[in-house]
Amino acid sequence: MTKRNKSMVQRRLIPSYIFLIIWSFISVFPLFWMITAATNNTVDISRGRIWFGTAAAENFQKLLAAQPLWKSMGNSFIYSIAQTILCLLICSLAGFGFELYADKAKDRLFAFLLLAMMIPGVATMIPLFTMISKMGMLNSVWGFILPQIATPFMIMMFRQNSRNFPAAIMEAARIDGQSEVGIFFRQYMPIMRSTYAAAAVITFMNAWNAYLWPKVVMTDNKAQTMPMLIANLAAGYTIDYGVLMMGVLFCSIPTMLVFFILQKQFAEGITGSVK
Amino acid sequence: MSKKGKGVRAKERRAGWFFLMPATIMICIMSFWPMIQAFITSFKSGKGAQLSWADPWNFNYSRILQDKIFITSLKNTFLYLIIEVPIMLILAILLAQILNNKDLRFKGLFRTMVFLPCATSLVSYALIFRSLFATQGLINQVLLNLHIISENINWLGTAGTAKAIIIIALIWRWTGYNMVFYLAGLQNIDYQVYEAAKIDGASSWKTFWGITVPLLKPVIVMTFIMSINGTLQLFDESVNLTNGGPANATITMSHYVYNMAFGQGVGHFGYSSAMSFVIFIMVAILAWINMKVGDTRD
Repeated sequence: MTKRNKSMVQRRLIPSYIFLIIWSFISVFPLFWMITAATNNTVDISRGRIWFGTAAAENFQKLLAAQPLWKSMGNSFIYSIAQTILCLLICSLAGFGFELYADKAKDRLFAFLLLAMMIPGVATMIPLFTMISKMGMLNSVWGFILPQIATPFMIMMFRQNSRNFPAAIMEAARIDGQSEVGIFFRQYMPIMRSTYAAAAVITFMNAWNAYLWPKVVMTDNKAQTMPMLIANLAAGYTIDYGVLMMGVLFCSIPTMLVFFILQKQFAEGITGSVK
Repeated sequence: MSKKGKGVRAKERRAGWFFLMPATIMICIMSFWPMIQAFITSFKSGKGAQLSWADPWNFNYSRILQDKIFITSLKNTFLYLIIEVPIMLILAILLAQILNNKDLRFKGLFRTMVFLPCATSLVSYALIFRSLFATQGLINQVLLNLHIISENINWLGTAGTAKAIIIIALIWRWTGYNMVFYLAGLQNIDYQVYEAAKIDGASSWKTFWGITVPLLKPVIVMTFIMSINGTLQLFDESVNLTNGGPANATITMSHYVYNMAFGQGVGHFGYSSAMSFVIFIMVAILAWINMKVGDTRD
């Protein structure tokens, strides 16, 4: 293509660039503002200051005084990591079983399990709360993760991706005398690691961001998660916006890091079961 | 096949069932069984753990029809659904179409920025929008300085604007998310189709409606179902952006169910279960309609 042609193509794209720049600004600005607001005091924020200020340390101290920040960060990490590990193990086992040992009965069971996708969280919330509290698991990591460790979405994702798993490997491993369980751990898991990565990212994000269920099951302040912590910061009659945004910043750091480092896996995780 | 071979097959079949059992059992205990329990509970009345059969049996369900707040929450949820979902999905397709252009520069950077809102939790972005649109917030300051308004507007304290802001916030949070699906869908379409259309002199508007939308139809149906499902279950935004207010004007169905069950000193588990069952029926019907509509492509 000649130079002239190229610049013509770019000129035709000008409306696209304008649209993208506007939308990118809209996308990024609230998050940029959140970060700068965390460094400003509430008076400057309400005066409309949008650049970095000097109140970061002060906001941080106030946040520590108002809420158990480290405890909640720790809780969120423990719950999210535990949920990610167990959910991946159980759902990948199921995806492996449904795809590589497929028969009619299993396909019917799979279709039935998919129906669970339509059940709203708010509908199962009350019976689950009763169940978990009877088992004495309120305010515990088990109470948090048990309802979430097997999801139709994740099973479907592993099943769809298992289609690329070569059947020849199964046969070869069997001839080698490996057990079926051995095949799963020694052959399937290493080969499917990119699916595991995508599934891990999306499960971690969902667990970290969960709000309705933790709010139901974590009745004790000491067991609360980060989203609950920041919601509490905003529950008072007067809100200190600098402190609030400092809390939001802490709540967002892990998910932001995951997003920037593992963006490809995140995108794959979202669209994972659609192929 | 020899006898020995058959034996191996049977062993494999058993192994298959063994692999999918933990997940199947968990889904039955943690989704299907609670759903059945919720249905049973929906015919009971009383508070907290002290529940007894409602008299008459449909007491909770007839109460729903007369509950003004539930009707409001139903209207709100559908208002969000009808306005937000189409705008968001059209924006998402447009963005995907633009980002799929081979000649576009800084593609990765733009994609990251459009996608970025997905990295924030629902509670976080709800609180960010609540702060931005506070009466003493940035939006009011900017509008004042530009002399568009003469005094601070109480955005979240007025029913109409509060609803608008929930819709704006939802569009902000979910457009990039849906864009990812369309981008993945577009990458499966052979780019030469577009080159051919360009040579034929088709305008980008025509290409959009003539090629992109029909080829993306399965993805569009799927994102539609997901958006409907998500909107009918809206909770975090209603709680943290407006707290359902002013005076329940922006409350969503899930938020109201939560308040009835776990709000201060309430514990109407029977009534909440009845409402949640109504939500379940609505999700199921809308998903079914959507699937039927999606199926009728020639």
